[in-house]
Amino acid sequence: MIRIELRKLFRRPRTWLTIALLDLLPTVVAILLALTHVGPRPGEGPAFLSAVLANGSLFAVAALAIVLPLFLPVAVAVIAGDAVAGEAQQGTLRYLLIRPVGRTRLLVAKLIAAFMFVAVAVVIVSGTGYIVGRLLLGHGSQASLSAAVTSVSGSSLTPGQIVWRTIITIGYVAFSMLGVAAMALFLSTLTDSPLSASIGALAFLIGSSLLLTLGAARALIPYLPTRYWLSFIDLFRDPILWRNVERGVALQAVYVLVLLGAAWANFTTKDIKS
Amino acid sequence: MITTRGLTKRFGSVLAVDGVDLDVRPGDIYGFLGANGSGKTTTVRLLLGLVLATSGEIEIFSERMPKAGRRVLPRIGALVEGPAAYGHLSGTANLMLYDASAPGRSRRTRAARVDAVLHTVGLGDVGRRPVKAYSLGMRQRLGLAAALLAEAELLVLDEPTNGLDPQGIREIRELILRLSQDGATIFLSSHLLAEVEQMCTRVGVLDRGRLVLQDQLDALRRPTGRIVVRTPDATRAVALLDGHVELRDGDRLVVRGSDPASLNARLVAAGLRVTELALERRTLEDVILEVTSPEAAR
Repeated sequence: MIRIELRKLFRRPRTWLTIALLDLLPTVVAILLALTHVGPRPGEGPAFLSAVLANGSLFAVAALAIVLPLFLPVAVAVIAGDAVAGEAQQGTLRYLLIRPVGRTRLLVAKLIAAFMFVAVAVVIVSGTGYIVGRLLLGHGSQASLSAAVTSVSGSSLTPGQIVWRTIITIGYVAFSMLGVAAMALFLSTLTDSPLSASIGALAFLIGSSLLLTLGAARALIPYLPTRYWLSFIDLFRDPILWRNVERGVALQAVYVLVLLGAAWANFTTKDIKS
Repeated sequence: MITTRGLTKRFGSVLAVDGVDLDVRPGDIYGFLGANGSGKTTTVRLLLGLVLATSGEIEIFSERMPKAGRRVLPRIGALVEGPAAYGHLSGTANLMLYDASAPGRSRRTRAARVDAVLHTVGLGDVGRRPVKAYSLGMRQRLGLAAALLAEAELLVLDEPTNGLDPQGIREIRELILRLSQDGATIFLSSHLLAEVEQMCTRVGVLDRGRLVLQDQLDALRRPTGRIVVRTPDATRAVALLDGHVELRDGDRLVVRGSDPASLNARLVAAGLRVTELALERRTLEDVILEVTSPEAAR
């Protein structure tokens, strides 16, 4: 069943279109940066953008930072929100269930497909970012592959260190998106409208981002799902600051478990009227 | 084959299915009749385990549903509340996916089986067109193909001829009769009396959630004890059959009696011409109108 769901998801033109659109924005940014050489001041704008003007291989991470606040969660929410609600809306859910495909089995297969989408999307965005970065940027004096890059803390990082930190970043960003996928999947089992499920998940995230800026919500802030999303920057400090990254992983794990549990409990007992 | 005892489903304050005792026997072509809103679709969903009953029991193949769903459902092919398919894929691709999601179906024979079933429903030449380009009739046929793909012992079909032209309706009717002859049990849900009358051997009628009638079709359409005769020599016939004629309408007589053959012989012996002669039977329509109330908005 997992294979079938993966086939269904990745055979669909819309899935690849979404990924292509995700790559579009970082590519446009790269082109603009390359053309104008006007980078944001350090601390301003998406992370690493000032650094990429010196070395384009950082653009893999910068691309992730560009899509992370909005576009990536949107893509994940749309795909995951469609998982069950889309089948319900099309009327195919009832036929799957009477095949029979066990409800738990179906949910797990949908889940794995959604998580695979997250992984594939994140890898492709950073991969594209790396290629685009190497091609268009990093024409400064430190452009050669063996040159060191200045880390966020000011000291130099060798390309080898950049590579494995980038890989951990990719993993961390993908893991951060699992919470979005789990939320959208949960909402997908509640409603017959994939749009409602996706938008509900996004509302949850936007609400979280909003509360992060509110002083009055200080007590809630450590538990808000978007709190540690950008903590991958700490991976590029020297020495690496693991604290926020660890907290981010733990927080996401809790959200994922709770939401998936809720999705399972709901889906296995509800009346299928679609 | 299908037995329910006191099957009840309540949605909030609405009692959609109220103590239904279905009895579908092996080899039946069971016609499940009822107005829209009578609880027909809910009952079908209850049988298939899509909806959980409030109370009552369901047994299919002598196994309790929905608990034994994993064993029972592979032996059922169903069309529930209209067909559904993935619009961006072709009919063949849809059926291939569908077959693959079923437990234990041989991959090697899949393409051949899908092809065969598409031909059976008349979609053999449809090619690679995506389903969203199909007409209503084509979608209906695809839905039927999916139900047939299971090669099931029990077919649960909800309005199988919906959207089909008269040629299509006849094809499906013949297909159903053929499947029944090959040993399948068929549970047909419909609001079209004529269709049920032509195909079914047993009938159940649902009215506002209650099963008000369940019997063999022949028993329901039993003779009324009268014979309908058409004769151009009506006046002389009335005189001859004096006392037995209950109704006369021009050249049409309704005569008390249960043996049309001897009535015919009697009329002919007296030199009277007979144009038409038949046992009067109750029509399914009469029977059903007697036991149901007018369709109210629910």
